[in-house]
Amino acid sequence: MQGLLDGLIANGWFVGMPTEMVYAAGMFLFGLIVVFGFVLPMVPMIVWLERRVWSRIQSRIGPNRVGPQGILQGIADGLKNILKEDIVPDAADKGLFLFAPYLLVWGFVATFVVVPFSSSLIIADMNVGILYLTAVTALTVVGVLMAGWSSNNKWSLLGGIRSAAQVISYEIPAGLAIIPIVLLTGTLSMQEIIQAQGAAPWNWFIFYSPFTFVAALIFYVSALAEANRTPFDIPEAESELVAGFATEYSGMRFALFFLAEWGTLYVIGAVMATLFLGGWQVPAWTDNLVLLNLSQFVLFFIKSFFWAFLAMWIRATLPRVRVDQLMSLCWKYLVPIGFANIIGTACMMVVWPDGNRWISYAMFAFTIGIIVLFFRRVVFHIRRVRPELYFNPAI
Amino acid sequence: MANTGTSSVSRYFKDLYDAVTTIFEGMTVTCSHFVRKPYTIQYPDRIPVRIQDTLPSRYRGILAVDLEICTGCLACERACPIDCIVIDAPKDQKTKQMELARFDIDIAKCMYCGLCSEACPTGSIHHTTEFEGADYSLESLIRHYVPTPVSAYKAKKGEETDPFVAPILERGMAYIADYAEATDMKKYKAAQEKAALEALAPETVAEEAGT
Repeated sequence: MQGLLDGLIANGWFVGMPTEMVYAAGMFLFGLIVVFGFVLPMVPMIVWLERRVWSRIQSRIGPNRVGPQGILQGIADGLKNILKEDIVPDAADKGLFLFAPYLLVWGFVATFVVVPFSSSLIIADMNVGILYLTAVTALTVVGVLMAGWSSNNKWSLLGGIRSAAQVISYEIPAGLAIIPIVLLTGTLSMQEIIQAQGAAPWNWFIFYSPFTFVAALIFYVSALAEANRTPFDIPEAESELVAGFATEYSGMRFALFFLAEWGTLYVIGAVMATLFLGGWQVPAWTDNLVLLNLSQFVLFFIKSFFWAFLAMWIRATLPRVRVDQLMSLCWKYLVPIGFANIIGTACMMVVWPDGNRWISYAMFAFTIGIIVLFFRRVVFHIRRVRPELYFNPAI
Repeated sequence: MANTGTSSVSRYFKDLYDAVTTIFEGMTVTCSHFVRKPYTIQYPDRIPVRIQDTLPSRYRGILAVDLEICTGCLACERACPIDCIVIDAPKDQKTKQMELARFDIDIAKCMYCGLCSEACPTGSIHHTTEFEGADYSLESLIRHYVPTPVSAYKAKKGEETDPFVAPILERGMAYIADYAEATDMKKYKAAQEKAALEALAPETVAEEAGT
């Protein structure tokens, strides 16, 4: 973003304006474009995709009426929510109750400041990028806790407190899983982390060593827990807490909670893609900067949506964990393994300061092997049941 | 948890191994569902022929009344177990004829038991094959069949001669015949069962008949 503005200034634009003001205005404008042009249309898409993925896994058809294949379903739901009455309970702490959803959405939208969509499309390439990201995602827990407390409702309070305990616990393994990458690159900036990787899969950090592979899994699990996704959705466990912290909310504010929840799914994917999957790295196939950026954007989008899709799939597969199981998974398994990862990565950097290509190839081959094994099991399950097959994703 | 013979360290790694492999297996099962045909089907409005047109004539859909052949006998109103039919049929003082002033059916209350259409002598009140009755208010679910008072139908001796009423009456009688057929089948089956019982134990049946 800054490079583009530098180019414009050099070409005689914005004459007589302070450079800092131009930068600030440019970032502000681009931020607005990202939020209203990308985030807001994308969230209904994610909701729609999630509902379609579930329905196929549950042998249903799913929403397919509003627009082609029901793709506008999320917009219809959003409109419905906006038109509904915004109810504030009598006993609620009114100020906090009304403010909590905004805090949640704020924490979610602020993450898009450092999401690197392509080599030039980033609102602000901060030198503390990934640290900033973990900081603002922690802001959502304040919103959730506020919503739970101010609703003056047992379910909401339990949901809020559970969410606080869960998010604070899982910040630690998530942070520990980021550290190996920071060790390898020596930077916190999102763009520099991507530039340290390559376009080919074996140049991605997920295949750098067994330690980064495990770190990617730990980060993904922790991120799912931080986003209150199944199997870690105990803060809003429907069967126990009605809707958890969102119980008393209705209309627009309820929609905001779910905007943040499903939008976070994309943010998780984006961070996973940035840290471990090489982000927007494409082979230099063209000199045209616009085309190059577009291809980078598309690739980044696909990589992010892969992880979002995986989260939907996991949600349709795994049951909800118990609170004590959640905590034991975090403190007894993810945190120690996270520390082991850091030590392992540090040792590896001592032995091979520039990395070892053969380990990367081996990790890549290992992953391919896992995927092949996976699909062999899938074919086994299909052959065993002999169901009626239907390969068309559209119904 | 009782771990027999295994140290807690090996238990720890076994837990990890179990978690990874069982989740892997679960994901393969759900992945196989991506290519399976869904068991549910579309709501039947995306097929070439309207589903209403394919249903049998005795399908119990929303009630309808053919006023042209309604005799104003009030049999349906009396037959209705939940009083969802309301009929006003005063006698016109001048012509000395039955006049239908009101014929309302509350579709929201109707439970589609079919007792009214069984009681109707001309098949005027009958179930249609229409089943989509969703509306925006309860009031709009009350169907008013009499916009302006009309005189009730009077059965004639012999064939119906009015070319306008004749086909409607024919449809009504066919509808009744459909119901009668079903009733006849019931009677036939009951008779068959009785005959079978008699064949098994003639004395008991005779005794019952005697007492």
